[in-house]
Amino acid sequence: MRPEPRLIEIRKNVLKQNDLVARSLRERFRAAGVFVVSLVSSPGSGKTAFLERTLSVLRANYRVAALVGDLATENDALRLARSQAPVKQITTGTLCHLEAAMVQGALEEWDLNQLDFLFIENVGNLVCPSSYDLGEDLRLVLISVTEGEDKPLKYPTIFNSADVAIVTKVDLAATVEFSWETAYKNIQAVRPGMPVFQLSAKTGEGMEKYLGSLETGLAKVHQAGAV
Amino acid sequence: MHELSIAMSIVELAEEEAERRCVQVNAVHLKLGALSGVAKEALLSCYEMACENTPLQGSRLVVEEVSVVIYCPSCRAQRPVRSVQLFCCSECGTSASEVVQGKELEVVALEIQECAPNPV
Repeated sequence: MRPEPRLIEIRKNVLKQNDLVARSLRERFRAAGVFVVSLVSSPGSGKTAFLERTLSVLRANYRVAALVGDLATENDALRLARSQAPVKQITTGTLCHLEAAMVQGALEEWDLNQLDFLFIENVGNLVCPSSYDLGEDLRLVLISVTEGEDKPLKYPTIFNSADVAIVTKVDLAATVEFSWETAYKNIQAVRPGMPVFQLSAKTGEGMEKYLGSLETGLAKVHQAGAV
Repeated sequence: MHELSIAMSIVELAEEEAERRCVQVNAVHLKLGALSGVAKEALLSCYEMACENTPLQGSRLVVEEVSVVIYCPSCRAQRPVRSVQLFCCSECGTSASEVVQGKELEVVALEIQECAPNPV
């Protein structure tokens, strides 16, 4: 006779494999004293221009590098290479997000001890990347003024997985009648207390304040490492 | 659309567990948080696909949706949020960002049937 079906409790995180890899990456980043920042946004929000400017400015005083996720092209990596910083492309094929193992694979030939900042640009997507920890210290979510003020309300999950919000392309704010007050209110509604920077990678407006916050982050990492 | 890779991870996880215990899986019970970043409907249809040609073929995915609960600093208690668009305490309206529930993406139980024991 066939035994009766029964329920057994197991409690296992579905993404435990990714989380384990992310944890080991985080340990490596800590040991090397590198501050790791990842970027998520919808396609066309200006991630690459923002990162290009960030790399160019930070390069004067720090050792910086970037990993760039993209579905099919190497265009972003080529653009970022103009900053003279080491850049590596992760082509994800049809995959809509980066996973920790891809970051691990891409870092194989790099000596993390030679870096102060590592940037990871995720695939342009405001949905899928939210579930995957990449081992980063700081996750930035970018929205451009041309996307409108209600992006946070439409994608609350990604705002909840990120640490800091960046409003980009503010040089176009007046043209598209972007309301900073509304955008800020919406961000705070889905993530109370979230720090927000507004800037333009094109004109450089607001970049200094945001870069200062990254330097503070790096100093904290070094301080923690020294203890 | 990352639900297919999530569904495949669920199947893999259940398969491992079933093999270890020498049981057959009839259903997988999953807790799915409103902030997990995974859509229930898409996951259910992907689950069927992910089960094909595996020992879990024909099994069911039972999804328990989990709403968002925050810690309200004013009430000093765990409270539901007004909505995922408005992270504030449903009782007193204080805004709060400390999420205590709602990010779950967790296999909590398997409905199983023992395989016939091997004769000793």
